Amino acid sequence: MSEITPSQTVGPFFAYGLTPKGRAHWDPNGTYAWKETVGDNLITPDAAGQKIRIQGQVIDGDGAPINDCMLEIWQADSQGRYASPQDKRALPNTQFKGFGRSATDKNGVYNFDTIKPGAVPGPGGKPQAPHIVVCIYSRGMLRQVYTRLYFADEAANASDPILALVPEDRRGTLIARKTGEQNGLPLYRFNIYVQGPNETVFFEI
Amino acid sequence: MSLVYPTKSLENFPRHLTPGYRSTVKRSPSKPLIIMPHTLSELTGPVYGHDAVQEGDNDLTKQGKSEPLGERIIVHGQVLDEDRRPVPDTLVEIWQANACGRYVHVVDQHPAPLDPNFTGAGRTITDKNGYYRFVTIKPGAYPWGNHPNAWRPNHIHFSVFGHSFVSRLVTQMYFPGDYLFPFDPIFNSVTDEKARMRMVSTFDLESTIPDWALAFRFDIVLRGREATPLDNDEH
Repeated sequence: MSEITPSQTVGPFFAYGLTPKGRAHWDPNGTYAWKETVGDNLITPDAAGQKIRIQGQVIDGDGAPINDCMLEIWQADSQGRYASPQDKRALPNTQFKGFGRSATDKNGVYNFDTIKPGAVPGPGGKPQAPHIVVCIYSRGMLRQVYTRLYFADEAANASDPILALVPEDRRGTLIARKTGEQNGLPLYRFNIYVQGPNETVFFEI
Repeated sequence: MSLVYPTKSLENFPRHLTPGYRSTVKRSPSKPLIIMPHTLSELTGPVYGHDAVQEGDNDLTKQGKSEPLGERIIVHGQVLDEDRRPVPDTLVEIWQANACGRYVHVVDQHPAPLDPNFTGAGRTITDKNGYYRFVTIKPGAYPWGNHPNAWRPNHIHFSVFGHSFVSRLVTQMYFPGDYLFPFDPIFNSVTDEKARMRMVSTFDLESTIPDWALAFRFDIVLRGREATPLDNDEH
């Protein structure tokens, strides 16, 4: 039997501890005093690859935006390598960490500036299409939920072994679509529906 | 070291939908989660070393011009994996209410005073033995809108990383013998009593510093254990 420590909700008041910057809508001073550990801009000057912006809204079962949500993303670099000691291949030779954190604003909108990841190895050596692991924490969530973000413009999606596990009519909830540019970066839109008819696919991992 | 993360270990986690905690009703997935094998994307995870943390970030009593009000305490313990091996060099972040039960957050409208000398935020990196230590103020209980006369037991929020993105844990540390335990739907969302008590720190007389501060011990066990030959079939 496992003795792991149970999960509890992140609650409504994590911002000043976990996401103290970029919360202008929430704090009259525009920011909390605490220095952030992890932010929503993953781009490092030395990282190769396509710079992109990912943006979306997090929506609850009533169709209302969730304005006190935190998202974390974890991804490979443009060559499909993870900046982690558990990735036994050559580590990225850049400062790119592949990890980011964004709180949602008053409209439930989150934002990440990052590099489009490359394909990474999957089960049985079969490659996985470029994707980002997304983890969502919020008041009203007693435990985090995980989903994945894929890119609409990747042909490799058709043979991705994880997408293949998802019923075809729900796969679209995992696909970010390019909807123009923002701040000079291609903008990928990825809304997350926590519950409801368009509910995003969440994974038990 | 090759770790596996059986989902069975999550059996004592709260259910996503726990109606007693009202906000879960519209914020929990209603469709079954899709079961998937762990790939490199789940078995890797971010690393935040000592460069992410500044000297003194683990002492919440020294962030202001003078000391915050309240009962000074030491909160310490070990971060372990399921084989009870220490998890070294991992980021531990905390946030909490002040001694009066008020958070430094624009949405917190509890009519209790803010303390200009207390942010309630701290962080540290575990040492080579998985050990962490904070100096802080005992947080106060506070009311919330879940049901009439609802109060949260005293607690400190914890965020911990571990070896991979699936060992990531956000939880709350409680204090022993809190009289609000029976009435708190968040605490009781963990229905197994033994599992629930793993979120409760123990009073640690030995680590108390005489004439200065009481101490509480809180060990955190994350997902992940050594792979056995049987596990090769699992994923």
